[in-house]
Amino acid sequence: MAHAVEMAGVGKAYRLGVIDRAMLRDDAARAWARWRGRRTPQADDDAGIPHRQGMVWALRDISFGVDEGEVLGIIGRNGAGKSTALKLLSQVTAPTCGEIRVRGRIASLLEVGTGFHPELTGRENVYLNGAILGMTKAEVRRKFDEIVEFSEIGAYIDTPVKRYSSGMYVRLAFAVAAHLEPEILVVDEVLAVGDAGFQRRCLGKMGEAAAGGRTVLFVSHNMAAVQSLCTRALVLRGGRLDYGPGQTHAAVDHYLGQLKDLVGADLAERSDRRGAGQMRLTSFRCLDGSGRDLEVLACGGRTEFVLGYECGQDFRPDGAVARIVVRAASGPTVTVLNSEGNGLVVRGAPSSGALSCTLERLPLTQGAYIVDLILTADGVTQDWVREVAAITVETGDFYGTGVVTPPTHGGVLFDQEWRLNGAPVARSIGADRGLGVSCAS
Amino acid sequence: MSVRAEPEADARPWSLIIRPVRGLLDLRLGLLLQYRDLVTLFVRRDFVAVYKQTILGPLWHLVQPILTTVTFTIIFGNIARLPTDGLPSFLFYMGGTVIWTYFANCVTATSQTFSHNAQLFGKVYFPRIVVPVATALSNLIAFAIQFILFVALALWYAGHGYPVKQNWTILLTPVYVLMMACLGLGVGIVVSSLTTRYKDLAQLVAFGVHLFMYATPVIYPMSSISGKYAFILRLNPCAPIIEAFRFAYLGAGSVTAGQLLVSGATCVGILFLGLVLFSRVEQTFMDTV
Repeated sequence: MAHAVEMAGVGKAYRLGVIDRAMLRDDAARAWARWRGRRTPQADDDAGIPHRQGMVWALRDISFGVDEGEVLGIIGRNGAGKSTALKLLSQVTAPTCGEIRVRGRIASLLEVGTGFHPELTGRENVYLNGAILGMTKAEVRRKFDEIVEFSEIGAYIDTPVKRYSSGMYVRLAFAVAAHLEPEILVVDEVLAVGDAGFQRRCLGKMGEAAAGGRTVLFVSHNMAAVQSLCTRALVLRGGRLDYGPGQTHAAVDHYLGQLKDLVGADLAERSDRRGAGQMRLTSFRCLDGSGRDLEVLACGGRTEFVLGYECGQDFRPDGAVARIVVRAASGPTVTVLNSEGNGLVVRGAPSSGALSCTLERLPLTQGAYIVDLILTADGVTQDWVREVAAITVETGDFYGTGVVTPPTHGGVLFDQEWRLNGAPVARSIGADRGLGVSCAS
Repeated sequence: MSVRAEPEADARPWSLIIRPVRGLLDLRLGLLLQYRDLVTLFVRRDFVAVYKQTILGPLWHLVQPILTTVTFTIIFGNIARLPTDGLPSFLFYMGGTVIWTYFANCVTATSQTFSHNAQLFGKVYFPRIVVPVATALSNLIAFAIQFILFVALALWYAGHGYPVKQNWTILLTPVYVLMMACLGLGVGIVVSSLTTRYKDLAQLVAFGVHLFMYATPVIYPMSSISGKYAFILRLNPCAPIIEAFRFAYLGAGSVTAGQLLVSGATCVGILFLGLVLFSRVEQTFMDTV
């Protein structure tokens, strides 16, 4: 089958640092050197080989082909180059080297509602947005009724969109995007914002596009969505093609394997973090009841998460709050352990130390989980690191009854009490086992 | 997976090849035609959105030139007593103001193409040139409204015995407007291209345009300037256009066909320079914005 999209040796380099007089001096020096017909002293991004200081490759040596009618998943951690790949494909910016070849009309959905003007009515915005996304007026007119129906906006279509609720706004915006009919669709997962029903519809619409024989490139963190939608997938890492394109499940496994490697990485050394940075997380450990580091956690076992932190000079944490986000490896958030609301808001603490969060009985079922950490002080996000650790949880005796929770009972476990005709049922077996049983499998 | 250098024989040819940097003269103006619906919708947006929820609506376009003209008439006409080529001063200033305003608005509005649309440009691709072209066109609508007022006044003055008369060069109006539009768009996109990396220039544009008005025969006639200043003034491509407008509609103005031709060539040259710079910048400006 012919390729709909091909990337051949594609790379993209960005210049680091601020734009100031020093940059003007560089620019001037390069222009002067070029004008005299010499090779520039600092080497040159125009030549496609930025080896001078301050250039960084966001994407490098990427070559792959996408068959027509294929749904290709692009996965990778933050900073792996996914967004850059999207930008290149959607021509928002040009590659530094290499070539991207495309067969057919390409449309990208990096965000819905791009170019919506608040003062214009829904109707006017549908036309405007449609045109921005590459539709002609005639095309929009033909699909207009369908778009309005899909958006469930109804009579409000002639009201300025600034009066819409945010839900209406997103529905209308998505309706326009959904009726775009390019041969190649590039989709960013950020599209799938909004409530669960809306996400389902987004993904459903993408599935439809694929079923209709169109080529889809789907960038996502959501492994469940990737697995259910994509025919093949590739994994990016540090701007390079790390795996694939190959079988979706193999690519997802590869990606999850990558995440496991991260556990070894020193949290303090990670640079892919957001936040003000005056207060930073330096370490993350999982301990069992007796303070030993755990490789594998047990369902129902006593577990302690310890977060080391450090403050910058002259910064004293005031109202600091830590959150541990536990996500399933496939994407969705399982729970957030929040120090605020559980008695810990740090005030006037020493400039370095550790916060810990203990779960007497870990309520996670068997499986792989990913931990993100967020540290805020006075409502300002100080440090936010995604994918700090990958946790493996083994089956265990959560209820303390000796009955091991089977792996098929997915999700989170809760304490519960069952009665027969209103009378509590005596626990029959192994009530003395379970609690505190330590865990490493 | 290996990448074939050539598509298979039975496959359709590539419809799009994205390469690092396009040729200097690969301006892709054909895309403008392909996206003409977007141009009209942008024009509509620019024009309509401003006057939503106002009572006077587009009539606001008349308020600005009238008030400016009144001010000029009082200050430059009655107080400073600048010459007006023997024309009624109100009409003289109005002609200059209307035409100059179009140019000035074109430059200031299009010079902000990249900075005002960074959000939009960062999310979706369409030929960026659509935006400044639409801006120039929507300003043209405002200009048309103001110009109609000016022409109506000129005819009224002519009909009431004032020393004002129109002549056949009125027929050249579309050419003059086109020159003005090319120049406004050209200067605007040159500035917008240069400001993506160094924003200093943006600071300069607003008052630069304002100062430039004094180097253009808006508040004084060309005929009142002589000597070396006249020569400098001749270099200003706006000058012959404004004089030609006045000559056509009011019957007084000093301009020759040669000066108009030079001015026209300058306008086209600046526009071309702008297009080259713009197409260079639009490919990678998202990296430096």
